[in-house]
Amino acid sequence: MRESVKREKDLARPVVAQPHVDLRDISLIYGQGESRTAAIEGLNLQVQPGEFVAVVGPSGSGKSTLMKLVTGLVLPDKGEAFYEGQRITGPVKHVGMAFQNSTLLPWRSTLSNVMLPFEIVKPHKHRFRSNKAEYIEKAQALLKTVGLAEFAHKHPHQLSGGMKQRANVCRALVHEPKLLMLDEPFGALDAFTREELWGITQALWMEQQFSAILVTHDLREAVFLADRVIVLSSRPGRVILEERVNFPRPRDPSTIYTPEFGEIVKHLRNKIMEVRQ
Amino acid sequence: MKPISRNAKRIDAAMPWLAFLVLLLVWQAASSMIKNSSLTLPAPSAVAHALVQFYPAILSNAWRTLVTSLLGFAIAVVSGVVIGLLLGISVRLYKGLYPLLVAFNAVPKVALMPVLVLWFGIGPVPATILAFSLAVFPIIVNVATGLASIDPEMEDVMRSLGASRFEIIWKIGIPSMTPFLFASFKISITLAFVGSVLSETVAANSGIGFLMQEASSRFNVALVFAGLFVIAAMAVLAYALCVVIERKVSHGGSRDI
Repeated sequence: MRESVKREKDLARPVVAQPHVDLRDISLIYGQGESRTAAIEGLNLQVQPGEFVAVVGPSGSGKSTLMKLVTGLVLPDKGEAFYEGQRITGPVKHVGMAFQNSTLLPWRSTLSNVMLPFEIVKPHKHRFRSNKAEYIEKAQALLKTVGLAEFAHKHPHQLSGGMKQRANVCRALVHEPKLLMLDEPFGALDAFTREELWGITQALWMEQQFSAILVTHDLREAVFLADRVIVLSSRPGRVILEERVNFPRPRDPSTIYTPEFGEIVKHLRNKIMEVRQ
Repeated sequence: MKPISRNAKRIDAAMPWLAFLVLLLVWQAASSMIKNSSLTLPAPSAVAHALVQFYPAILSNAWRTLVTSLLGFAIAVVSGVVIGLLLGISVRLYKGLYPLLVAFNAVPKVALMPVLVLWFGIGPVPATILAFSLAVFPIIVNVATGLASIDPEMEDVMRSLGASRFEIIWKIGIPSMTPFLFASFKISITLAFVGSVLSETVAANSGIGFLMQEASSRFNVALVFAGLFVIAAMAVLAYALCVVIERKVSHGGSRDI
């Protein structure tokens, strides 16, 4: 039901809506002197509020660099990057991030790891001590939705790879950021766990309605999760293909095995093979 | 890994004692084969006898050495943590100070003794300083390395949450540094003993080093060896204590980040 509300809102949005993330003609050069190489050149990318965008491409196409550009951890050498209409001049705050490596802190329990953003992000950090119970409840609720309620007080080394990654996604989302950045978050997991996490991610996205950018090597993952798949060229990275994915939500994992789904994946794959040459 | 039987565990636990026993036996045998062994390599039994005979002198001097070493170690911990933190936090400071620290560490500490004696005279002060100067370096290096070992992706996560440099150090850097810090303690504590005994043999009128120097000049070789034994025992105990503390403090999967 939430779904239909959201889509109605989409229709009501003015045509000239301000993009959530707006990269305009971005170039980024790595290294100095002789070893200067362009990681990204003339890249344009707009992400609408609430949109789920996946970025795929051959390795070395600057996908991870793109993540850093969007979050302001790296500033472009040319072109302009905007976040909610504001020019990006430093780290964009309140963004949720999750990497392939779960980067959970080993000395903290799962719950305490998930609550980390509350200790950092304003205004939560100032209310954290006095309203701790409320924050614990929030984090617990989120852990419950990903099936980790019973593991809240376990430490990361007691969790399986899939559980760690679920906790990682929880940590990225607990403070309800408007933008979620996922950099190969499920890359190290086995196929079944990965599918399970796709489902969880989709459910969280539909519920919290954040915008998301997913960087991945896995084309099926990209097509399953995203509203739009962006293909980058090999270095220097440029957008060479945009593919809309219009399967209705929530998408069921069985969607993956439909011929329509296979067609899109094949199309993307061919394009990437082309640019790898 | 194979499950370890209780018996095998017991043997593992007995191994250090077994090795010690073998050492004593070899020593006893070697000493019985040497002529005038009481002046060169007194038998363990003779050393044991000296331990009992000179018990009061050994105890008071051992206490002196223990206090000196622990004091030097404590100062090394405090200043090592402070310097290590500064180096870990500021890249510029690190670049500026590191060569200096390496140079300082490379100087044979015994070469400092004439200067220390000139400044502080003979006694426990130069011994404490020497203990400190040997013990501080591993702590500085480990603290700085520990801080530098923050996972860059974790740092990105923190920065995109809006964390300040201080928050990153406080929430991530210091906790991830502590296992490194406690690992450095066991190296530093033994070095502190080396420093204080070294100083005591050169310029002191108390301490185990002084006792050994005195015994040596009187050809009481058994007492020299008794002194060695006491230093070794104190160092092993201090080391073991550091290992226990390290285990207590270090968290489960510290290598599991």
